[in-house]
Amino acid sequence: MNNTDRLRRIFAEALNIKIETVIDSLEYNSIPEWDSVAHMSLVAAIDDGFDIMLETDDVIDMSSFAKAKEILGKYDVEF
Amino acid sequence: MLNGKYALITGANRGIGKAIVEIFARNKCNIIANSRTGGSLENLGSELKDQYRIKFHPLYFDVSDSDQVKESFKELIKITKDLDIVVNNAGVLVNNLLGMVSKKTINDVFSVNAFAAIYVMQYASRLMIKNQKGSIINISSIVGVAGNAGQVVYSGSKSALLGITRSAAKELAAYNIRVNSIAPGFIDTDMIKSLSPEKYKERFDSIKMKRLGTPEDVANCALFLASDLSSYITGQVIGVDGGMLI
Repeated sequence: MNNTDRLRRIFAEALNIKIETVIDSLEYNSIPEWDSVAHMSLVAAIDDGFDIMLETDDVIDMSSFAKAKEILGKYDVEF
Repeated sequence: MLNGKYALITGANRGIGKAIVEIFARNKCNIIANSRTGGSLENLGSELKDQYRIKFHPLYFDVSDSDQVKESFKELIKITKDLDIVVNNAGVLVNNLLGMVSKKTINDVFSVNAFAAIYVMQYASRLMIKNQKGSIINISSIVGVAGNAGQVVYSGSKSALLGITRSAAKELAAYNIRVNSIAPGFIDTDMIKSLSPEKYKERFDSIKMKRLGTPEDVANCALFLASDLSSYITGQVIGVDGGMLI
């Protein structure tokens, strides 16, 4: 599984949404499932899934699936 | 009671923090102990590892420095990702009458006594969210509950910690993470040695049980809050003060 698929799966599981709906344009607060509470579950799942600890500024900036990929690039996760 | 769990305890090299480390270790809890002073936890760690067959990891960082907290959590996840318990114990005591309080004092005291707990909880809660369980214990003070003359800054910072505790408890309850606070009274630690004999007597005389509290009295309460015995308790402040009136 490549890292994009891995991240999509993490999003789908953490937000409890269908994996098909996890696309680059998926944005924070654009669906009921991705609210502030779910955001922290998502962050915890990303930390665990990629064995990193996202910095607080990155947690705040993670406003879309595309942005999440961009941020993970800073942690040497390649897409 | 805490068999195989992992606890991060800040300010662990002396006083209440050290007592919490010892009582948790006695209850078979693995310890990640924090102190600002490099090397100050090595002897304690060796003793506890030998005596109780637990894992003991010192982590030296300044809790009031958010960058150091962040870097330390990167180290912590190499030790374990299953952080079960956090005790935000590190604190500083400063007595200043109004009119003699510098801006630096306010910043320094609030940084250690209140802001640090937020820094630590931000990272710790993410590990706990993943596991859908955890207990966070914030060590406040009786003066955080009741206030005290000459301690506007100290009591303000400890009151802030109570607000932080109650809000974090509400925020994290959905993840089965409990957040509680302990408000110790007059406890026999280095912190009270700076008091004048008159102040000491005044404080002592206000304790209904007519004895000083011990660090172990506070640590026993922390053990209760860390364990499953308190599994339905969150957002609470427990006084450990022998009926002290202030």
